[in-house]
Amino acid sequence: MQLTVWTYEGPPHVGAMRVCAAMEGVHYVLHAPQGDTYADLLFTMIERRGTRPPVTYTTFQARDLGGDTAELFKNAAREAYERYKPQVLVVGSSCTAELIQDDPGGLAMALGLDAPVVPLELPAYQRKENWGAAETFYRIARAMAGPHAPAPGSSSARAREAGQRARCNVLGPCSLGFRHRDDLVEVLKIIESLGVDVNVVAPLGATPADLARLGEADFNVVLYPEIAGQTASWLQRTFGQKATRTIPIGVGATRAFIREVAELADVDPSALLRPDLSRLPWYSRSVDSTYLTGKRVFVFGDASHAIAVADVAAKELGLKVVGLGSYSREFAREIREAAARHGVEPLVCDDYLEVEAAITAAAPELVLGTQMERHVAKRLRVPCAVISAPVHVQDFPARYSPQMGFEGANVLFDSLVHPLMMGLEEHLLGMFRGDFEFRDGVAPSHLGHGEAPAETASENDLEEDGEVKTRGASVAWTLDAEKELRKIPFFVRGKARRNTESYALERGVGRIDVETLYDAKAHFGR
Amino acid sequence: MSAVSTQSVPQGKSLGASLGASLGASQGISLGSCATGPKIVQERGQREVFCGLTGIVWLHRKIQDAFFLVVGSRTCAHLIQSAAGVMIFAEPRFATAIIDERDLAGLADIDDELDRVVTRLIERRPDIKLLFLVGSCPSEVIKLDLSRAAQRLSQQMTPNVRVLAYSGSGIETTFTQGEDACLSALVAQAQRADAAQKPSLLVVGALADAVEDQFRRLFAQMGIERVDFLPARRAADMPMIGPGTKFLLAQPFLTDTARALEALGAQHLPALYPLGAEGVAEWLRAAARAFGVSRETFEAVIAAPRARAEKSLERWRPHLAGKRVFFVPDSQLEPPMARFLARELGMEIVEIGAPYVDRRRLAEELALLPPDTPIVEGQDVERQLDRLRAARPDLAVCGLGLANPLEAEGFATKWSIELVFTPVQGFEQAGDLAELFARPLMRRELLEI
Ligand code: SF4
Repeated sequence: MQLTVWTYEGPPHVGAMRVCAAMEGVHYVLHAPQGDTYADLLFTMIERRGTRPPVTYTTFQARDLGGDTAELFKNAAREAYERYKPQVLVVGSSCTAELIQDDPGGLAMALGLDAPVVPLELPAYQRKENWGAAETFYRIARAMAGPHAPAPGSSSARAREAGQRARCNVLGPCSLGFRHRDDLVEVLKIIESLGVDVNVVAPLGATPADLARLGEADFNVVLYPEIAGQTASWLQRTFGQKATRTIPIGVGATRAFIREVAELADVDPSALLRPDLSRLPWYSRSVDSTYLTGKRVFVFGDASHAIAVADVAAKELGLKVVGLGSYSREFAREIREAAARHGVEPLVCDDYLEVEAAITAAAPELVLGTQMERHVAKRLRVPCAVISAPVHVQDFPARYSPQMGFEGANVLFDSLVHPLMMGLEEHLLGMFRGDFEFRDGVAPSHLGHGEAPAETASENDLEEDGEVKTRGASVAWTLDAEKELRKIPFFVRGKARRNTESYALERGVGRIDVETLYDAKAHFGR
Repeated sequence: MSAVSTQSVPQGKSLGASLGASLGASQGISLGSCATGPKIVQERGQREVFCGLTGIVWLHRKIQDAFFLVVGSRTCAHLIQSAAGVMIFAEPRFATAIIDERDLAGLADIDDELDRVVTRLIERRPDIKLLFLVGSCPSEVIKLDLSRAAQRLSQQMTPNVRVLAYSGSGIETTFTQGEDACLSALVAQAQRADAAQKPSLLVVGALADAVEDQFRRLFAQMGIERVDFLPARRAADMPMIGPGTKFLLAQPFLTDTARALEALGAQHLPALYPLGAEGVAEWLRAAARAFGVSRETFEAVIAAPRARAEKSLERWRPHLAGKRVFFVPDSQLEPPMARFLARELGMEIVEIGAPYVDRRRLAEELALLPPDTPIVEGQDVERQLDRLRAARPDLAVCGLGLANPLEAEGFATKWSIELVFTPVQGFEQAGDLAELFARPLMRRELLEI
């Protein structure tokens, strides 16, 4: 049993829903109790989807358990098929149905429907959402493309004639993905500029018939390994298609990605390697960015985004990565390698409380994380930008806002630097706090920034900021020292307070006065 | 259920797409108690309603020193998180103990695991006085005995923490029934008042604190001295219950709680539910009668707030009168909401869908609904949406999963979850309640794109 306050990922069947909802012509029949229908709102409210996700739930009840839940499943599957006439019927169990062991796959096959049935086995007590998405994508892809696999022993790679343009699949973009919609546009621009044709984009917008053609590409572009990694390695084994490994987030990674695609496609990338394609490099060199130098940043998210963004933070913005972690346990190795590059301890963890503790201990000046780290940062009064799923309604902005490609790098510059600039404003606010225009208790402007109006009311209702007490040792502060501390910009104030207190504790200083404060400052010397 | 044939409509056949055909007399099951009242038909199929775990979202706000620990799966954790406004701040007073493979395979002793989790929790939150172990579908299916665990843990942690158990599982409870189960558990553990105790009034059902305070003032002005609320705001203040207890239900979904109270000798005061000027007045009147408040006193006390409530409705009536509203099942608040909209705002009710209709506790409400109002108990969401599309109502009241898809099809919608999360009971909130329904319609008039 794991005590869980917030979860980074839903159950695996939610991952399956994300893939089915991203595709066209797929319907998912989920053996599940009524409460599990909550998952619909993820799509209709967070993503603002204008149609119900293509999912039928059997919504069995306790009184059905003694009777025939299998019959209930068969009726639901038959009716869903007749109503929606999908090209493929995906079937499976939620956590509860897994326990009653009705075998949705076998039951659905026995119905003799005109469409292929793809049964999913998603162990709900072991696995999570992204794994479920990856597995579902793989199962559907394999069911559709598998029959077109070259015979064993024959050469599997597609033979391309001289002068023929290379062709790739773009794999990974999905429903409820963090900026997938816009990333895809940006990446397609790159692929097109390189003179490479796109065979299939999947799962987003693909039909099962499209997946049947996956083998007709020369190679695969994998944007989100969390979702498409498993499918890409099956395609490599089956059709000999190589796959890209670089996630094009940041200028450096985008250039590496362009070189990688160009090499796979055997084309010349030089036109896309011009230095002026993103504003990030110049903005970052511009003198107003000097204050970013060495700012301490804590990065947490899914593996792909966390690793890529940590590199951007260090190499393209000149920040100092003081923490790097991910809830994607499947990518623990990659996280450890990246953490080693930045010289920090890797944090592979899906326990929100542990992540919170790690952030607090690292005393960052900027947090780049998920919506949950945003709340941690808010409590610690540290600026924060969101860089990864789990998604929130705010992560579906109306404007074009990719993370990938050169435009994505521009967006990243703005979204990573913006909270820090707002922090500077707060600094000024602090300097003028005595002035009458600045009422005491004026909220730092960045903290209220970006709240979705639709949710403010309920968030406010539910806010419990008061409930988390600063834990840790209490050492008395003299009034003067408190006053002096307040002159320190708020975003480093917490760290200064903690450092001073631990300094005082170590030395057995019972009361912190202004002297202690500056002694501690000299001791920790930034 | 006693007055009603429990024969359910065969799935998938009898409820056709046409409203008229599906709700015709042959399908209708008339109420024994009110022969001319509305017909209630039952429907079975896919339900699109949250499970009882959802109640934790408002119950943990109401009982300020209680913690709700769901014993369930990742799905359960994800449901509460999603229902609680997708992501909320800070560390809330609820969490999930996620059952994993090792628990299922019997590798870990579930009691030990539960002890470990609860110990960690209470260490972190010494302010917690009341801990609910909340059962889920997985815990029910594997037959985890949470009541026993609660007893054991309660003994271990007495007197600092009391531990109770109830089930919010989706195989047994829909949405608001979670509150019913929670309050039933509180009643089962309530201190018993003996027969000699003076009569006291008990208001049952979680209300916003502000609403509770308004009612307290009105009861005090009427001269009703002892008034308790269930749930109380703090664990230590839960009311005593006994034969002297007369209770008003503030919510229509508290079937089991009402039964548990009656089993302890408490007496239910049947009334309309306190929604709208009329509903609040009649609800208060039931208490006034039971406590011998004179007619004059009663009328004098409610005159001003009732007039305010009626005035506040006037503002919204032009937006709502004559408009047709369709309720998709959600909170069980549908019948009293429909009564309010029909009688006080002149709306026309196309269909009332409700997950469950407690005919006994809703008798007063059902009697006041316009004759022949179609009521559908249970749900087959696909067929219900077929009927909705055919009927083209001006406003659909529905859950979050359906609202945007219906908007995209051109229907104005009201998210029903807001009716549960927003203070809507009482005279002073009557206008707010009307506004919740009027706003989506007004908004459509404003938008020119
Ligand atoms: S329906 Fe059951 S399994 Fe699903 S969230 Fe509710 S209690 Fe958990």
